Amino acid sequence: MSAMTIAEKILAQHSGKESVSPGDLLFAKVDRILGTDVTASLSIQVFKDMGAEKVFDPSLLVLVNDHFVPAKDIQAAQLSKNMRQFAHEQGVDAYFEVGRSGICHSIVPDQGLVKPGDLLVGADSHTCTYGAVGALATGVGSTDMAAAWALGELWFRVPSTIRVEVTGKLKPFVGAKDVILHVISKLGVDGALYKVLEFHGDTIEAMNIDERITISNMAVEAGAKSGIIPSDEITLTYMKEVGVHDAQLLDADPDAHYDSVLRVDVSDLKPQVAKPYLPSNAVDVDEVVGQQLEQVVIGSCTNGRVSDFEVAWRLLQGKKVHPSTRLLIIPSTREIFQQLMANGWANDFVEAGAVITPSTCGPCIGGHMGVLAEEETGLYTTNRNFVGRNGHPTSKVFLSGPAVAAVSAIRGKITNPEVMF
Amino acid sequence: MEGTVFRYGDNIDTDVIIPARYCTEYTADKLAPHALEDLDRTFVQRVKDGDIIVAGKNFGCGSSRENAPIAIKGAGVACVIAESFARIFYRNSINIGLPILECPEAVQGSMEGDRLHIDIKTGEIENLTQSGHWKAVAFPEGIQEIISLGGLAAYVRARLNPVK
Repeated sequence: MSAMTIAEKILAQHSGKESVSPGDLLFAKVDRILGTDVTASLSIQVFKDMGAEKVFDPSLLVLVNDHFVPAKDIQAAQLSKNMRQFAHEQGVDAYFEVGRSGICHSIVPDQGLVKPGDLLVGADSHTCTYGAVGALATGVGSTDMAAAWALGELWFRVPSTIRVEVTGKLKPFVGAKDVILHVISKLGVDGALYKVLEFHGDTIEAMNIDERITISNMAVEAGAKSGIIPSDEITLTYMKEVGVHDAQLLDADPDAHYDSVLRVDVSDLKPQVAKPYLPSNAVDVDEVVGQQLEQVVIGSCTNGRVSDFEVAWRLLQGKKVHPSTRLLIIPSTREIFQQLMANGWANDFVEAGAVITPSTCGPCIGGHMGVLAEEETGLYTTNRNFVGRNGHPTSKVFLSGPAVAAVSAIRGKITNPEVMF
Repeated sequence: MEGTVFRYGDNIDTDVIIPARYCTEYTADKLAPHALEDLDRTFVQRVKDGDIIVAGKNFGCGSSRENAPIAIKGAGVACVIAESFARIFYRNSINIGLPILECPEAVQGSMEGDRLHIDIKTGEIENLTQSGHWKAVAFPEGIQEIISLGGLAAYVRARLNPVK
């Protein structure tokens, strides 16, 4: 048996093969299929057009209300209604209703619906997030999702893997988001097209699951199919916390073949900010300091977890959001929001002048709940800053981690936390 | 097929192909009027059935929204030629039957307004305005099978209801 990367191992195991090689085209069984309010309705229509009646196995399906919820308008309400009815008809237990839901990429791991070695597809491009717990997870479209519902399997082309080795101890105010923005700036937005990123190195090993989620989440911004981190004791401890007791350690074979190796030393990395209109446009924050901001958003599937809000809270407590700036805080799930309340952070954020919104993708996709007007500029802890992504096509969004976002909300302009404190 | 080239650059993302504000809809008739709206406001008025989008690297990067190829196809575009495609857009286009061809040489050799003749089956592209003749990267065998069946939905239909 030839030596394999993590992605190759998972695809071999799910297609009943001894080994696979990059370029192989195969059908593989999937462990979960994720859909959201914005992608499920089309899948339901295609599923019916396929002549399918019952899904292959309802326990494979996860359906999450997160993009346009609470419903922004009548059409959005209909999208959720279609998904709700389908979940009921098909007997899907893992259906997440508004109020008991959250952003899908926090819901899936926190509800124990993914574990190391799993193969997961989702009709959402940031499905690659679950690489954080050692799964091969990737985004697909609505027709692919319908096919997976009907068959329990889907076609894949075995990707080659880029090994990314991140080493060095991060400086204060520098976190996982700064690391991944820096890595993407080196790869470019198509640097990992059709490939998988496999993250290694002491920096990654020292990260908790929240931080690893930030890393894996943005793999797609370099064009990657997934961004996988080997599962270790930190992963297994987290899996037990979410009720999964049979999770396994998983790593690549020592002599696995890689497409290439990218080595990044982050010991001296400064806080990063990606300029409009590409997530690969990361520069040291000092290069954009002083940029006026109408809106700051802290949240999303990239940076909407307890660790992210802790970073923001430490900088914001007792301070005020600048009068000409709006600050949106978006806890990813109900449980994360409850943690913010239990810790007293929620009150401190509101005292500072922030608004805490329900768990939603809303402003990250320019959908609702904080859309930008003509010529407005924002600083978001989200993952994309394409033209028109967050509102009017002339609006601009800079991307950063929660530390830069928090101090910038206070000053009303992009600020280096190293200088402010 | 023969059509007029609409030439765009690198990294044409799904947010400019069809912004999320229109993604509460998922049918071609509702999406097509907004195709490429944030990139080229006059595209929908100018495009004619059978026309061709020619673009640079990483076409369709960003979201998984299938609404993107549906909007382009619904607007009348018969084929997208690019230097490379983002992987979800690539899958989605094959699945819904929007012909796509990877051919960096044809992209370099074609300008806005050129007339192209394309044979989708062979991947041959001829520029009728400026002389040029290229062959696109062939689809892997398994994907060709899905395309020849008429897309993924037809493939699944055939598997669920095999001809007895």
